[in-house]
Amino acid sequence: MTNIPETGRNTRVQIRLVVIQVLVLSLLLTLGGRLWYLQIREGAAYAKEASGNHVQQVVQPAVRGSILDARGVALADNETRLVVSASRTDLLKMKDDGKEVLTKLARVLGMTPKEVMLKVRLCDAKTPQPCWNGSPYQPIPITDEATAKQALQIRERAEDFPGITAEPQAVRRYPSPGKANAAQVLGYLSPVTDEEIKEAQDTDSPFLRSDQVGRSGLERQYDKQLRGKAGVTRYEVDNLGRVIGQAEADPTHPGDNLVTSIDARVQRIAEYQLNEAMKEARKQHDRNTGTNYKADSGAVVVMEAKTGRVVAMASNPDYDPNAWVGGISAKDYARLTGKSSNYPLLNRAIQGQSAPGSIFKVIPTAAAVNAGYPFDGPYECSSSYSIGGQVFKNFESKGYGPISLGRALEVSCDTVFYRLSHEEWKRDGGTKPKKKANDWFYRTAHQFGLGKETGIDLPNEVTGRVPDRQWKLNYWKANKDAWCRTGKRDGSYAERIAYENCLEGNRMRAGDSVNYSIGQGDTLVTPIQMATIYGAISNGGTMYTPSVGKAVISADGKTVTPIKPRAHGKLPMTRKTRDEIDEALAGVATRGTAAWRFGGWPQDKIPMHAKTGTAEVYGKQTTSWFATYTKDYSIVMTISQGGTGSGASGPAVRNIYNALYGVSEDGEIDSKKALLPTPQKALPKVKTDGTIATPKIAKDPAKDQQAKKKDPNAPADPLQPATSAPPSPENRDTRRRRRRRGSRRLPT
Amino acid sequence: MTGGVNSFQVSGYGPERSGWTRLLARDSVARRLDWPILLSATALSLLGTLLVYSATRNRTELNQGDPYYFLVRHLLNTGIGLALMAGTIWLGHRGLRTAVPVLYGFSVLLILLVLTPLGSTINGAHSWIKLPGGFSLQPSEFVKVTIILGMAMLLSARVDAGDRQYPDHRTVMQALGLAAVPMAIVMLMPDLGSVMVMVIIVLGVLLASGASNRWVFGLLGAGAAGAITVWQLGVLDDYQIARFAAFANPELDPAGVGYNTNQARIAIGSGGLTGSGLFHGSQTTGQFVPEQQTDFVFTVAGEELGFLGGGLIILLLGVVLWRACRIARETTDLYGTVVAAGIVAWFAFQTFENVGMTLGIMPVTGLPLPFVSYGGSSMFAVWIAVGLLQSIRVQRPMSA
Repeated sequence: MTNIPETGRNTRVQIRLVVIQVLVLSLLLTLGGRLWYLQIREGAAYAKEASGNHVQQVVQPAVRGSILDARGVALADNETRLVVSASRTDLLKMKDDGKEVLTKLARVLGMTPKEVMLKVRLCDAKTPQPCWNGSPYQPIPITDEATAKQALQIRERAEDFPGITAEPQAVRRYPSPGKANAAQVLGYLSPVTDEEIKEAQDTDSPFLRSDQVGRSGLERQYDKQLRGKAGVTRYEVDNLGRVIGQAEADPTHPGDNLVTSIDARVQRIAEYQLNEAMKEARKQHDRNTGTNYKADSGAVVVMEAKTGRVVAMASNPDYDPNAWVGGISAKDYARLTGKSSNYPLLNRAIQGQSAPGSIFKVIPTAAAVNAGYPFDGPYECSSSYSIGGQVFKNFESKGYGPISLGRALEVSCDTVFYRLSHEEWKRDGGTKPKKKANDWFYRTAHQFGLGKETGIDLPNEVTGRVPDRQWKLNYWKANKDAWCRTGKRDGSYAERIAYENCLEGNRMRAGDSVNYSIGQGDTLVTPIQMATIYGAISNGGTMYTPSVGKAVISADGKTVTPIKPRAHGKLPMTRKTRDEIDEALAGVATRGTAAWRFGGWPQDKIPMHAKTGTAEVYGKQTTSWFATYTKDYSIVMTISQGGTGSGASGPAVRNIYNALYGVSEDGEIDSKKALLPTPQKALPKVKTDGTIATPKIAKDPAKDQQAKKKDPNAPADPLQPATSAPPSPENRDTRRRRRRRGSRRLPT
Repeated sequence: MTGGVNSFQVSGYGPERSGWTRLLARDSVARRLDWPILLSATALSLLGTLLVYSATRNRTELNQGDPYYFLVRHLLNTGIGLALMAGTIWLGHRGLRTAVPVLYGFSVLLILLVLTPLGSTINGAHSWIKLPGGFSLQPSEFVKVTIILGMAMLLSARVDAGDRQYPDHRTVMQALGLAAVPMAIVMLMPDLGSVMVMVIIVLGVLLASGASNRWVFGLLGAGAAGAITVWQLGVLDDYQIARFAAFANPELDPAGVGYNTNQARIAIGSGGLTGSGLFHGSQTTGQFVPEQQTDFVFTVAGEELGFLGGGLIILLLGVVLWRACRIARETTDLYGTVVAAGIVAWFAFQTFENVGMTLGIMPVTGLPLPFVSYGGSSMFAVWIAVGLLQSIRVQRPMSA
């Protein structure tokens, strides 16, 4: 090797070798940096992804708890049904997106192919029901009413039905015991959405893809308790799904049972009687409009006076809650939510609000006493009351002379309240209110709990409205632009009103305070608010927060969590005032406006108290209100466009009391026939195996009650008891209509 | 071992030296070996043995029921590799110089054989020859060696002879022609990864040979133009295009082409600083990463040994490359320099591509990680290369 030149190396090669070395070094540093980035900086995220990769979860869904009535009769439970479902992911893998399979399936199930296709499409903003609003990765139920034969056909020819399964599943059922429907109280379920899953991800009750979630009523309010907790077994698996690691399991916690204070029998009777009353009202002629009453909707609440617990709550129109089970059909959905549907999903007992009419008068009565007016008066019950040329008339222009506040309640004398309210309005400064106006009449209404939710354990309760100065100002601010645009001094009635409102709608006018004093004008209340107030009058003045849930009992019956009655305030009246009002309301039932409906009632044994109301609604027929109580219960019924308080609702409420106490039409009390002479105290027993001791319930308690009346000894016509007096001007209830200019004409 | 080839050993003078004395003598081969390279490469091979074992002990469809199947074979390959290195040192890179035309011809013949029905297809590349006894040969690995040797021989002949300072254009063209023939054949297999390695090798060799800048930049330009042409003409198979697409956007098809990349990245990312412990990686145990004992062996290290383990592998390969660069710079004959530089280019690119693809910064190609990946041909080729490096170091003048 002597031929190697000792100087050998030329610089070009040396420089290039250094370049190569630097290049190599930078490549290695790049790798190191990237490794650091993946493992140290982003390591946690990848570790999470890795665990999601190789951990398979097997989920055992929890059985949803039952909703029971006060005696343990199931209002909502589960049954095993054959559910046929389609996997969207599998269908989409097919060339025709699974159309052929679905068509074949439709033939087997006896449905049209279109019906089936609609069921498996996904809901979005533009897609109306029926559609699937659950997760697209979860099998979509097509029917839960498959027969065993259909299920067999599908399962035996699995190769013809790829992506289709037919399996028995626990499905929600609303059995309507004794024909008690209670649809709006119970609510309904629908599949969980992706957003909800995401939201509940890190809470202590996360959702499963297959979960059903309560959407309204008790199902929604008590969703967490009813749903329970699904059991999850986690296996470590390899890339082919083979189990390679140990399993860790969270056991399944079946949902708790919810015991309600609802009595299925009373519920049925309330629903039946409400419906009958509405049917009857539609036969009655309305002299104002010249047509029969429409009686388009109504509600009734039966409440325990001493606890606020709801024994029955009916809202008409109603619907069959089973329509939601297994996905709702297009027809059903349109019937429940369409423009022509009259919205049967609304629970009008807590979501229907209207002017209360004369059943409101207990509030101005208390307000007057609080403002310093003596209960006994006397106050002039004139036939009319005029303010600056504007005349506000008493009902049918009848005067009773000087009377007490109690008597004013009894005969529902409007002018007494007009005068008191107007005086207070003047004392507060009239249209230019003092800085510290007393506003007794409005303040008292707020103290009665009006203008805000009662806090009942049902979702989406509405507040009603107390049209006080603040509200008027806010309302005017929100609407004045529209009013000022459409208002005309000499236009139609609506245009004149708008014109007036534009000018002075921000101020409380004398006429406003007068109309307000008898529960008219802009006043709005809900039936549940009125039931709470009348229940409070009954129990001595405590306003209990209405409740439907009475206890939560675990599936094995071992853990019982009672839901105790809660009070949210006292009525703003002294014991003495309460007693005086109580006496006056008893007078309403015995000699006042409701007397003709309580003919033959055993008043000495079961003292009855009542107040009737007929509220004017602009452009509609009058709203019928009937508020009543005994020492145990308060019952409030309202029928929209139903006519007068006692006329439309009277017999129905009487019949509910008859059933509760076992009173026959002639006033005899048969304790054996009484469904619930005192409120149900004991809770139903849930045994450790999950079964519930359930009392027997008649097929239809309402029909049984009707049958009893057909007894030859009973009066022929239950609506017109023989002992009751025919309606006369004196004891029919009041009705008012807003009139601003000129003399107040009576509608009748 | 120490006889013959060492031109600095003087015999016949002084007392006869014992074996130990000769081994420890300043001029002995043992003393002059590049120990950092030898130890790093051995450590990488042994580490590879563990990683390959971890990746395959559960893969019953691969290991034929014997969890140690791959472990034993990887060790065996390493042993054969060490023997090949020793043989190469014994023959010496200069001694091999005369045999280069024969070796080159033989290797080209082998890759031609692959194209005949004797060849078999694995993972879309028709680049294996099945041998009896369950062995298979990937001749393209050996072609990498013979291209380096062949080009180095041509390019350095006139320079080492002292005739010229730099290789002339004619020589460069001859050298390029020599590389182009096997590259074209490998392209036909198609084994795009190996072709890419060979392109880089050619670049490295040309740079180190001192060939005119025009050649270097011309080749770079031609490479870019060629890549565009290949892309435009659709010579690439669909799967190759898909791999590039998946590299650009791994979320594109997480169940299909992007699967490898995603799972590899999850495996490495989940390792963190210290990893889940050897044999405790869930991605590895669950076999979520395909080809984990060969092309994706780095993911085992990443998951089970974490940043420390993965970093160690990169560091050890760095030691090999750094020492190889030094050997290239310190040797006095251009032939040795060019061979060493070719090996540096080969190892560096293959390391960067292999680790880079598992880290998601390079597209997926079927290239093994030197020393670590399972695979006989690759193992033999890289150990022969280590033998060449050692030989270059051993044979350089003492004064250097």
